Amino acid sequence: MSILRSLAQRDRVFDFLVPAASPVDVRHGPILYLEDVTVSFDGFKAINDLSLTIDDGELRCIIGPNGAGKTTMMDIITGKTRPDSGQVWFGSRHDLLTMNEPEIASLGIGRKFQKPTVFEALTVFENLELAMAADKRILPTLTARMNGEIRDRIDEVLEVIGLKALRGRPAGILSHGQKQWLEIGMLLMQRPRLLLVDEPVAGMTEQEMERTAELLTGLAGKQSVVVVEHDMGFVRSIARKVTVLHQGSVLAEGSMDQVSSDPRVVEVYLGAEAEEETV
Amino acid sequence: MDSSRLWLLRPFGERSTLIFLGVLLAAMTLVTLLHVALAPGHPLYVNAYTVNLFGKYLSYALLAVAVDLVWGYLGILSLGHGAFFALGGYAMGMYLMRQIGERGVYGHPVLPDFMVFLNWDSLPWYWLGFDMAWFAFLMVLLVPGVLALVFGFLAFRSRVTGVYLSIITQALTFALMLAFFRNEMGFGGSDGLTDFREILGFNLRSSETRLGLFLASGVALALGYVLCRAIVTSKLGRVCVATRDAEARTRFLGYRVERFQLFVFVVSAMLAGLAGALYVPQVGIINPSEFSPLFSIEIVLWVALGGRATLYGAVIGALLVNYAKTYFTGAMPDAWLFALGGLFVVVTVFLPKGVAGLLALRLRQRRDDGGSLSGKEASA
Repeated sequence: MSILRSLAQRDRVFDFLVPAASPVDVRHGPILYLEDVTVSFDGFKAINDLSLTIDDGELRCIIGPNGAGKTTMMDIITGKTRPDSGQVWFGSRHDLLTMNEPEIASLGIGRKFQKPTVFEALTVFENLELAMAADKRILPTLTARMNGEIRDRIDEVLEVIGLKALRGRPAGILSHGQKQWLEIGMLLMQRPRLLLVDEPVAGMTEQEMERTAELLTGLAGKQSVVVVEHDMGFVRSIARKVTVLHQGSVLAEGSMDQVSSDPRVVEVYLGAEAEEETV
Repeated sequence: MDSSRLWLLRPFGERSTLIFLGVLLAAMTLVTLLHVALAPGHPLYVNAYTVNLFGKYLSYALLAVAVDLVWGYLGILSLGHGAFFALGGYAMGMYLMRQIGERGVYGHPVLPDFMVFLNWDSLPWYWLGFDMAWFAFLMVLLVPGVLALVFGFLAFRSRVTGVYLSIITQALTFALMLAFFRNEMGFGGSDGLTDFREILGFNLRSSETRLGLFLASGVALALGYVLCRAIVTSKLGRVCVATRDAEARTRFLGYRVERFQLFVFVVSAMLAGLAGALYVPQVGIINPSEFSPLFSIEIVLWVALGGRATLYGAVIGALLVNYAKTYFTGAMPDAWLFALGGLFVVVTVFLPKGVAGLLALRLRQRRDDGGSLSGKEASA
């Protein structure tokens, strides 16, 4: 019976037609490579000669004051915004500037937006189901069936994000922190190579923050994770390497201790925050 | 859900679909029995006029299901579904016109009366083939489908959504109405197509044919309902709901949202066309007033009254409003529009989820009384 079924899989007749699980070539080092990227909106340079590399399996935090270009940088990587000049490569084979948003997403770049957007009318389980890497054309989606393998994969992710007990509830009833985790789970369903996470702990309680830190550090290694965050305490708790952006380009890069002792960083960012804290 | 191999059969595993089909089948059987088995003088006798009326309601119900599919699940508020309904109706009307043959007032073997009246000497090319039932019935689905495909392709590709899309659907049906009013279009102008005699060889005025059309409308409603239900319970249906609630997010997950919208929009337009084709032989006329923007808005009212995104709610809404319409226009003709307006106000203020929402609430309360669920959900 199973032989018959495998024979009926018409898309699996020729092995060479089956796309490789991960076509990203990281043999030459970085998984993400930005060089001299510039983008301006109405003359304002949101990103100015930005160069940045992220290694495979790395957990990188990106900090910087408002308007430093953090979100614009994410937009460029995911194909939402096209830079005026520069290069953006994923591995050493994929030129992201020639690809559109869905293509980049299917390549294995997942992005978590600042404001959690989950599908509130659908259950937690269904949210993960939709996010799963699968054939996303119309007819395969119409005829798609739930099977044990998919269920196991969803259960696995539910375990990681700690929402197993809420699997059957509509996502609309989740708390803010739970929605953030669900969204990270949705990214994981796509088996990404690179996760872009935009301000994951904004509006979270202490406890939720701790849980998120655990989650993100647990993810690094299996995939590369880039976190954009304002909360310095949180960055200190997870980061191995920190990049400071200022006015659209890299101001400093290194360990948290290194960058926080850099006088330029103190001046533009940490200083400003320290002042705020003392007020 | 897992056990059904075919996605089309999946709805048969659902209780709500089985209940819906059961009620529909029971109603159809009851009407048929009361019509056929009882003598005309009996107090419970259902006459041919009423059977015909019920058939009309059922075709409206199918139209409402088509609108609920795009509005309820995809979030596309189409205020122009009357156009697809009317196009299906016209395709059927053209077939029925060609069936008249020499029995028309002017007795022309090929040309319908209005063309003889306009001094045309041959059929326009787009009337060719409509003498064949299979061709005409194919066109009932294809013409609305192709229009929806072209219109939807342009609209969804340009990411026109929300109120803007509603407005251009309204413009679409209005433009078609103006076009069909013109005699030169070759669809009978403001009088439309009428004076039909027979369908597939059956006399349209006989009560047996009327009963047959009523049953055909019921079967079409059942099939359309199952098809829509299969779509909305599939993964594609969940993609639709996701698109409705967070379109950008869905696109970001890798779904080509505009293609899903187009697919569902075309399916819905074809169902609306089918509804129109069943409606026309039962009312005996199709004219450009079916394209009127007001009619399209009225369809949306049916769905809103019945309850969005349930499908059975759309059916309840269409039946309720049209029954009320028949009753009011008979009993108090002037009061109908006020009644419709009042009904709509009552529903939007007190029953935002429509009649179906009320039913669901009742069911949940009963279940809660059984003690299996906490009261939290009912208040949400």
